Amino acid sequence: MAFAAFATAEAQAEAPKRRSRIALFLLLPGILYLILFFLTPLISLLLTSLQAPAEFGDIGVYDYAFNWQNYVDVVQQYLPHIARSFGYALAATVFALLFSYPLAYFIGVKARRWPLLQSLMLVLVIAPFFISFLLRTLAWKQLLSDESFIITSLKALSLMAPDAHFTGTPFAVIFGLTYNFIPFMTLPLYTTLERLDTRYLEAGSDLYAGPFAVFRKITIPLSMPGIVAGTLLTFIPAAGDYVNASRDFLGGPDTQMMGNVIEANFLVLLNYPAAAALSIILMAAILVLVGIYVKRSGTEDLL
Amino acid sequence: MSGEVQAAAVLGGFSESEQQEDARGPVGAPRRRRLGLGDWLLPAYTIMAFVFLMIPIAYTFVFSFNDSIKSNISWRGFTFDNWLNVCNVEGGAVCEAFANSVIIGLVATVIATALGTAIAIALVRYRFRARSVISLLLFLPMATPEVVLGAGLAAQFLALGVPKDMTTIILAHTMFCISFVVVTVKARVSSLDPALEEAGRDLYGSPSQVFWRITFPLLTPGIIAAALLSFALSFDDFIITNFNSGSTSTFPKYIYISASRGIPAEANVVASAVFLFAIVLVVASQISRAARAKRLAKLD
Repeated sequence: MAFAAFATAEAQAEAPKRRSRIALFLLLPGILYLILFFLTPLISLLLTSLQAPAEFGDIGVYDYAFNWQNYVDVVQQYLPHIARSFGYALAATVFALLFSYPLAYFIGVKARRWPLLQSLMLVLVIAPFFISFLLRTLAWKQLLSDESFIITSLKALSLMAPDAHFTGTPFAVIFGLTYNFIPFMTLPLYTTLERLDTRYLEAGSDLYAGPFAVFRKITIPLSMPGIVAGTLLTFIPAAGDYVNASRDFLGGPDTQMMGNVIEANFLVLLNYPAAAALSIILMAAILVLVGIYVKRSGTEDLL
Repeated sequence: MSGEVQAAAVLGGFSESEQQEDARGPVGAPRRRRLGLGDWLLPAYTIMAFVFLMIPIAYTFVFSFNDSIKSNISWRGFTFDNWLNVCNVEGGAVCEAFANSVIIGLVATVIATALGTAIAIALVRYRFRARSVISLLLFLPMATPEVVLGAGLAAQFLALGVPKDMTTIILAHTMFCISFVVVTVKARVSSLDPALEEAGRDLYGSPSQVFWRITFPLLTPGIIAAALLSFALSFDDFIITNFNSGSTSTFPKYIYISASRGIPAEANVVASAVFLFAIVLVVASQISRAARAKRLAKLD
């Protein structure tokens, strides 16, 4: 008896050691990859953001330094772009939430009795993923151009001023961002609403709550994890996007976002320190905002 | 927590609803029903929402048949020419870009799926220190805007003097796919019954036999879903690619560059063909899943 107990104890002591070696073997390649191609790039971004122009160098040649002035410069120069990034992303997130919630509610709650219909509707939600992101956006650009059927009809009905444009305006950029990130909002909402126990809603109406009170006091709080996940999945990529705001797509000269100026500084102007400083600001701002948002909505365990 | 993970669940033909069935209320419980606004308003809204979501897809598809000359903006007539001569425009630039995207997608998918699956198994099955640090390292790439990921890698390649070509694109794509593979496969590993592997060991299976004969086949649906997701992410990625591609063309990059002078209809052909292929694949897997569920229900 004692011997048996000893034997299992020994086996247990031995097992974790061997097992942790297996775990290391499984983890190491992938983690090393992420260190080399995700973590050190962030560090080199930080170092680049502090570089100063080389004394006798060409354009695009910089020396390592601690030139914190870069940050002051880019904030002064690109403050409107920074504000637009977060403003457009916020607006797109709100619109995507308003658009997606009823849709996700129908798929997740109302369509429960028909699983095949449910999964086919989910396929329709992710269908836009299967066609190029850029072509989708260009399609909207053509559909909403000044000569397009939609815009000429709106003008004929006097719903739009005759000399007004849609493409090239902030509305067009927000519209594009909303459209492109709707699936990211709908899917997490669907996941939480699919698990919503409708007996709670019945209990609410049995206790004489009106439909609106049931929705506000029961449905919304129970679907909070989906709302938080969806808004994050929409806000983060929307804030960094530069395709929708690009002049060749839905934007114009006055709609450029942070992504546009990061791209221009890095790939065209070869002003790497400015591009890097803007990237660091974007990432830091997003991490802070996400942290506050997750704390305030009380869904920390989600991450 | 990711929408893309759920997209993967749809792609892989399994969803959480399978395990959640019993959490729902009793079917057919007595309920007072009033014919409310929601009874027709919500279905009508849903139909309109889907129409809205499909508009640009329909546009792209219709304009792949446009008899256009150079830029594909106004409708000039119906033709099959674009579909029949996809590779004949601009010296085959569209097809070359498409082929590059496929190669990059395949290589990045294979590497990311292998690395990510190993991490997922380790995270679920083994206890080790630094677990929270590793979880953070896996979560951060998904929470970082693509433009930061792209600029960061480009800054590193610049600092090291690495020339940008197809290899740097593959390295970049593999990086952002790993985290998505981990979350997708992890869900599958967690749902696995450890008793099956124990049975294998009790029957004198060596660790490698147990892995390849039991664990791996059971994980396959999750791994396939993760691989499909990786490929889709890599194939459609533009922002990270743009920073790390040098002069190499990919399909999204080709569209971005051509956008200022007009996209040839052949690009619509490629995108429409990819769309149809993906939709057929997904719908078929959904229908076969539904049929399987019906068969299993009959057996009960």
